[in-house]
Amino acid sequence: MKFSEAWLRKWVDVPISTKELSDQLTMAGLEVDGIADASYKFSGIFIGHVISTKPHPNADNLKICEVLSESDKVLRVVCGAPNIRPNIKVPFAAVGSKLRENLTIKLTKIRDIESQGMLCGAEELGIIDNSVGLLELPSDAPVGEDFHTYLMLNDHIIDLDLTPNRGDCLSIRGIAREVATLNQVDFLEPEVPPVEPRITDFLPVKILNKEACYRYIGRVIKNVDMSVVTPIWLKEKLRRSGLRSVDLVVDVTNYVMLELGQPMHAFDLDKLDRSLVVRMATERESLKLLDGSDVKLNPDTLVIADEIKVLAIAGIMGGANSSISRDTRNIFLESACFHPLFISGRSRAYGKNTDSSHRFERGVDPVLQETAIERATTLLLDISGGDAGPVMTIEGKKDQLHQNCITLRKDRLEQQLGLSISSEKIEDILKRLGLIISRSKEASWQCIPPSWRFDLSVEADLIEEIARIYGYENLPVEILSVELPINVSPENEGELKNLRDTLIARGYSEAVTYSFVDPSIQSEIMPAVTPVSVINPISSDMSVMRLTLLVGLLAALRHNLNRQQERIRLFEAGLVFTSNRKTFNQVTMISGAITGNRMTNNLHSNKEPVDFFDIKGDVESLLKFYGCFDEYSFIKDTNTYLHSGQSARVLRNGDTVGWLGQIHPLIQKNLGLNQPVFVFELKLDFILKGKIPKFSGLCKFPEIKRDLSFIVSDNIYADDLCETAYKKAGKILIDTQILDVYQGKGIEIHSKSVSLGLTFRDSSRTLEDSEVNDAISLIVEAVKKEHLGILRG
Amino acid sequence: MKNIQLLENEAMKAIKESLDIKSLEQIKIDYLGKKSSLSTLLRGLGELTPKERPLAGASINVAKKRITNEIERRQNEIVLIEINSRLEKETLDITLPGRCSDKGSLHLVSQTIERIESFFTNIGFKVEKGPEIEDDYHNFEALNIPSHHPARAMHDTFYINQNNVLRTHTSPVQIRTMETQDPPLRIICPGKVYRCDSDLTHTPMFHQVEGLVLDKNISMANLKGIVIQFLNAFFEEDLPIRFRPSYFPFTEPSAEVDMQCANCKGKGCRICKDTGWLEVMGCGMVHTAVLSHCNIDPEKYSGFAFGMGVERLSMLRYGVTDLRLFFENDLKFLKQFH
Repeated sequence: MKFSEAWLRKWVDVPISTKELSDQLTMAGLEVDGIADASYKFSGIFIGHVISTKPHPNADNLKICEVLSESDKVLRVVCGAPNIRPNIKVPFAAVGSKLRENLTIKLTKIRDIESQGMLCGAEELGIIDNSVGLLELPSDAPVGEDFHTYLMLNDHIIDLDLTPNRGDCLSIRGIAREVATLNQVDFLEPEVPPVEPRITDFLPVKILNKEACYRYIGRVIKNVDMSVVTPIWLKEKLRRSGLRSVDLVVDVTNYVMLELGQPMHAFDLDKLDRSLVVRMATERESLKLLDGSDVKLNPDTLVIADEIKVLAIAGIMGGANSSISRDTRNIFLESACFHPLFISGRSRAYGKNTDSSHRFERGVDPVLQETAIERATTLLLDISGGDAGPVMTIEGKKDQLHQNCITLRKDRLEQQLGLSISSEKIEDILKRLGLIISRSKEASWQCIPPSWRFDLSVEADLIEEIARIYGYENLPVEILSVELPINVSPENEGELKNLRDTLIARGYSEAVTYSFVDPSIQSEIMPAVTPVSVINPISSDMSVMRLTLLVGLLAALRHNLNRQQERIRLFEAGLVFTSNRKTFNQVTMISGAITGNRMTNNLHSNKEPVDFFDIKGDVESLLKFYGCFDEYSFIKDTNTYLHSGQSARVLRNGDTVGWLGQIHPLIQKNLGLNQPVFVFELKLDFILKGKIPKFSGLCKFPEIKRDLSFIVSDNIYADDLCETAYKKAGKILIDTQILDVYQGKGIEIHSKSVSLGLTFRDSSRTLEDSEVNDAISLIVEAVKKEHLGILRG
Repeated sequence: MKNIQLLENEAMKAIKESLDIKSLEQIKIDYLGKKSSLSTLLRGLGELTPKERPLAGASINVAKKRITNEIERRQNEIVLIEINSRLEKETLDITLPGRCSDKGSLHLVSQTIERIESFFTNIGFKVEKGPEIEDDYHNFEALNIPSHHPARAMHDTFYINQNNVLRTHTSPVQIRTMETQDPPLRIICPGKVYRCDSDLTHTPMFHQVEGLVLDKNISMANLKGIVIQFLNAFFEEDLPIRFRPSYFPFTEPSAEVDMQCANCKGKGCRICKDTGWLEVMGCGMVHTAVLSHCNIDPEKYSGFAFGMGVERLSMLRYGVTDLRLFFENDLKFLKQFH
């Protein structure tokens, strides 16, 4: 909320500077977001009277004006403002005056006519409002008076960023009360004497929903002169509070809201039908609001209605059908207190956050309504005249006005704050905050918060208040000292950190992509699964939750390819989301995507692009991390987004752990990727499960190595040959490596040569050559039988 | 006798002039071998008188010994020469790059979270995690934010359905931990959070680390202590830190923590919007209503909680000026961090 410092100081004058005041507010929890001057720092600008105007001979849109200001001479000024005309009063900058720090008005010729100064608009003076052209002053503005003094511009606009619990500070009165408390000065509210009714007219009001409306006060005022413009002092206060001037009645109600914190509303009395009712909206009711929009009302909305139509959404915005206009003569003023629970949420639901709803949502002082309506009546009658009727008060549910009695214990307070504080100090702070306290026991108080402090309801709230006024900066600082049991962590559970480090060492950079993705891109990759969608996405390309990390990774890959990166390795770890009717499945995955050359481009590089075995090697390095590599297998399988001939499903003891392979060429093309991309995706929880290593003795007996090459059909998997070898050779075969796979010259078409490197050893004795030869014979025979493989010469 | 001296001189000259091991081997055969002149002389000793024999034999052996020594010396010399020439031949331009030195990088968010985690795990905190699609109860209700509370407006929430949201903070993890574990608790909860907000200084997804300490006799003084220590450790600088009253529905008292702007040292600059201070985290004493929701007796236990934005702390620590860079995943950005 923005407010004028000078206005505040009229309510409570404390001998501290603006900076000190601002620091004090911030440190009391009313954060000052900014301090601005009420206008530019100009000087030598006086109120000028435009005596006459005549056309400029050389320019159609300029006028030559005679202006009288602080000097006795009539000066000649050239002016092009659209609202220039004789007999208006405007700020006048004579030659030599300063508009801003570096802008001095000089004697100039405009189209050959000498101009002895400048008539000013609001913008040029840093008085930001919605006016166009010259800033027109009231006819009673004293000619020649210093403009700065006239508008009392020696002021600051302070912007407070208030937390939702401090609705009581959404007014000059509220802030002044807080400042008085902080500075230990008395706070005296100005008296608002009641306006004696001159007429007896009144409008009957009924509250149907008494929980929603504590109190409804209304008053009829007749013969209001709507042609009277809002006085400049009032307009200035509104401006400095960030509000626009609308018309006299709206301006006055807004002024009272800013001053006292009571939102008010004025209806055109002649547009109302007999009596008012405060009730919930019914199905199918709608209302055209003051801002011109039509809204369909929800039944959870409190409204003000007359006997035939809805007039306003209570506490949020009035309707167009009963609004004040230029022709209004008689008005009905409303000063009500609505329960926050019946306002909050609704303004957001209708998209109508107003100054009124903002205050009611946070709570309005329930004893303020009468003062506010008297204050508004006084102002209105003083400015425009009119005849006020009697104040009619209709009560809602009264018991809701009573504040809870809160017990505050000194020992609890001291424990929570780690502070030792005297009972006198505690009592002093509570009293200054307006609480009514009584000491119930030694070191314990019964406290009743003041009517405006909705936020105080439990002991902790009072502890915070004591701390706040005592000053958070004055609270002690203590290093935490506690028992230190060792946090047990199972050794067979791996950590993501290790896997990340492995990938980083293998050249991968970690990406973090959004969890919500573009549904059209995701359906390219996973067309068969319905993703979880976000009801209110920030944009359509972020409207569904990811089913796979690849959506984000491939987008990041493309981003980099489009920025001249040719060799890219990215990985990400994060949740993917699926839903099963009402439950959500949120699984952490680790995924990677690579493209470009195997090695960075330099003299050592062979400039070969990455292939399936690069990504497989990366996956294997992850799977080897926790000593369970023998539990994994890669089986040839395919899914919607992978190349059917270059993809594998990863299993651990038969359960699917993930996938790897080349992105399907069609998807690659559709995603705008201009080179092959290889990816993997693994379920993190699966691969983090490891085992605790168990020592086995080192074997002292020698190994015997033999190489065998077979010619087999090219659809035989090398892994199956190894499998056969292990099966036939028994436990003396301790390792099999695939040394070479060759197709081409010397090998028939649809065939390949596979070379196996076999290592034999027995852990308890030295093997005889003949034993190994026997095993080899068995293997060769089995390969021939099972795989139609022929031993190569 | 003169013959011997001549032979020796001749051998010595040949040895000196030999350039490789092979020629040296030949010299050895020529002068010391069975068919060499010296061996022939030795065999001819029998023809001498017994009186002449020892003297002549001794001088032949002396000559042989000298030649043997010289060959050995020359041999060592040649080995050394050959090694030196190999060293020269094999000399590389060591300024050329190494092979396969490519290294990736950890995302700045992960790095910052890891660093924050290490400060806290070192003093006995456990790391807890939770779901990102969260139910209304854990994200709001249990945290003392009922449905019509104005504080819900502080959280621009993404809704999945009527009862589920993308968590707006990591505080629900605190609730889940308090529901399943008994105090004393010392945990931190890092993770992704979501707010329906996107502009220069907001991304719809970002990361938080929240902490919770719950034990007997925990006070606001302890909270101040740990926050000050943490910030000093994180920024490796003892910058002034201030606590000012604020409001969070789940803590009471609540505080916002400001750190003096490191850029201007409190004088006021563009980064701190001329205030001299930077807002770095929120914190407070856990609200008794929150403890009661989790069936923890607020009379017996009390605690504090604190929360910070990971991207914000990273930006301050490493001078990143554009928040959006965090999720563009441009390698030129990613690779700037180790």
